[in-house]
Amino acid sequence: MAHALRSDDRVLLFGEDVAFGGVFRCSMNLASEFGEARVFNTPLSEQGIVGFAIGAAVEGMRPIAEIQFADYVFPAFDQIVNEAAKIRYRAGSNAGMDCGGMVIRMPAGGVGHGALYHSQSPESLFTHVPGMRVVIPRSPAQAKGLLLASIESPDPVIFMEPKILYRAAVEHVPSEAYTLPLSKAEILKEGKDVTIISYGTPLYTCQSAITAAEKDLKCSIELIDLRTIYPWDRETISKSVNKTGRAIVVHESMVNAGVGAEVAATIQDKCFLRLEAPVQRVAGWSTHPGLGYERFNIPDVTRIYDSIKSVLDY
Amino acid sequence: MPTFRVLDQEGKLVDKNREEPDISDEEVLRLYKDMVSVSIMDLIMFDAQRQGRISFYMVSAGEEGIAVGSASSLNPRDPIFAQYRETGIFQYRGFTLDDFMAQLFATKDDTGKARNMPVHYGSKKFNVHTISSPLATQIPHASGAAYAMKMQNRQNPTEDPRVVACYFGEGAASEGDFHAALNIAATRGCPVLFICRNNGYAISTPTLEQYRGDGIASRGVGYGIDTVRVDGNDILAVREVTKKARDLALKDGGRPVLIEAMSYRVSHHSTSDDSFAYRAKVEVEDWKRRDNPITRLRKWMEGKGLWNEEKEKELRSDLRKQILTAYRKAEKEKKPALSGLMSNVYAEPTEEQIEQMAALRKVIQKYPNEYDVSEFDGGLDGLTFDKK
Repeated sequence: MAHALRSDDRVLLFGEDVAFGGVFRCSMNLASEFGEARVFNTPLSEQGIVGFAIGAAVEGMRPIAEIQFADYVFPAFDQIVNEAAKIRYRAGSNAGMDCGGMVIRMPAGGVGHGALYHSQSPESLFTHVPGMRVVIPRSPAQAKGLLLASIESPDPVIFMEPKILYRAAVEHVPSEAYTLPLSKAEILKEGKDVTIISYGTPLYTCQSAITAAEKDLKCSIELIDLRTIYPWDRETISKSVNKTGRAIVVHESMVNAGVGAEVAATIQDKCFLRLEAPVQRVAGWSTHPGLGYERFNIPDVTRIYDSIKSVLDY
Repeated sequence: MPTFRVLDQEGKLVDKNREEPDISDEEVLRLYKDMVSVSIMDLIMFDAQRQGRISFYMVSAGEEGIAVGSASSLNPRDPIFAQYRETGIFQYRGFTLDDFMAQLFATKDDTGKARNMPVHYGSKKFNVHTISSPLATQIPHASGAAYAMKMQNRQNPTEDPRVVACYFGEGAASEGDFHAALNIAATRGCPVLFICRNNGYAISTPTLEQYRGDGIASRGVGYGIDTVRVDGNDILAVREVTKKARDLALKDGGRPVLIEAMSYRVSHHSTSDDSFAYRAKVEVEDWKRRDNPITRLRKWMEGKGLWNEEKEKELRSDLRKQILTAYRKAEKEKKPALSGLMSNVYAEPTEEQIEQMAALRKVIQKYPNEYDVSEFDGGLDGLTFDKK
């Protein structure tokens, strides 16, 4: 974010408690470096934060709005779905009256003890909304490149940051500015028997399950990070499944009408003749994230391993 | 909170000791003609909806003075966010009758590409953001846009500073977005004019069921916002208040101002509403007869010798002819190209959309009798994304 603020006067950063550095320390020292006019606290009102960001964006700024937890984005649902997503479309040929350059950042996903309102991953609610881009990075280097690309994007972006990885994932991140392409999946590991499609935190769980399964079951598994959840890279996924013939989609949020449903339906449409087993979805159960039950709810290594085994045995 | 007035219902100065309003004869005539033009277009288009020529309409009857009067005190470069009953803003800023008709009939010349319901105008050229149906959503947009103005005023000190104007009804002020917007505008010192049209009704709901405080104005004080209540039927008062509010909004780096303009919704809420189901016809007739922004200004103009019955007749017949000419022209126009269905959702079409557009084309080609594409600009050839 420092790069964005430094390189473009139009970039603003605001939300609840961002001025002192943010409750997850994402905006440490930015207010002192760039001034309180560009990095500032807002009143505690999510619909206000997103509405304010839209207004700033339609008048040429590039606002980065923070929602403290993805669980609290719902008061701003109307502003995102009815306003941000539709502004360019309804303006028609009134070019430039859109809210491109707006990014709504929010920490998302399970954190071990977040219970009902500090654990949610509401991405699929936004993948049903044409006009918005939904991006979820898996690591620090990805987060930087995808966030800078989101700020540059001519379309509004919802940027969900897996909060369990804030302190867990450490890797080399180039200090200079760079971008990673949106709507482009990344093949993390090539394979020929099964394709696993996931994003965010579960990619690490998938890697452990793949290591165990390849050793035990003598198979070769391809792992793909979707990175952008919508509009998503359908081509990379269908190409992979047309090669392997088997697909598993893994995500934390509940299975019902989740991202997995869209991916699975597209796979059956584009890879029907090559499929050797039904597409599996390994995801949160259709329940709420109760405090004491998280390890039974979020897909773990065992469930992914078992899914690999069942598609191979089918 | 008291209501500020310049003219009484007879078009005479309320305060005989004050100076004459600071406005040229030319400008007064312009304000008057703009109000009359909107009111005649409203009558014609209301009937056009009743005849099924357009799908929907909402008139501004009784509130023409708020829109035209306030717009006349803004800089043409000040961005505006409106609700939907502010046609006078577009009229004052320079919308032509052809522009109005293109939107209402959803023709190929509609800048909204036939995507929005009638009366949802928008214009980059005139700095008015496209109207959307969800109530009050534009109010926090105005706060954010005003913050952008504040930053840009600071970055470009040689240019005329700008403020943002935001319009909404007293019903919309019950939405959470009203609260969010005023509070954030106050804490961030945003140069924005919140202009509330309090016309007594939100569809069927009278204000007694909308709030129990002293209208909307009393709330401004609670947010730490300078506030004024004005007689919305007095265009010269609206104009004067808006001008002062604009100056105030630019003071000390920027701050919001709330204006509550009192009026009465003379008309039905929309063409989908019969207001006599919830209010007495006599109440409406009474308001129409007693007071109205157009007749009040007319009386003042007549008192000054600026206007008379003959000019009135000529203006009305002239405007009526012009409006009907634009109406007939728009009615015959083609609809926009079919590309409008899916373009502009994203800056660039997605791979999924390109696939879907090809699928729709195949369906239309396969069942040509089920789809009439001839009324759309370019017919089936228009069903394609623009080539970059």
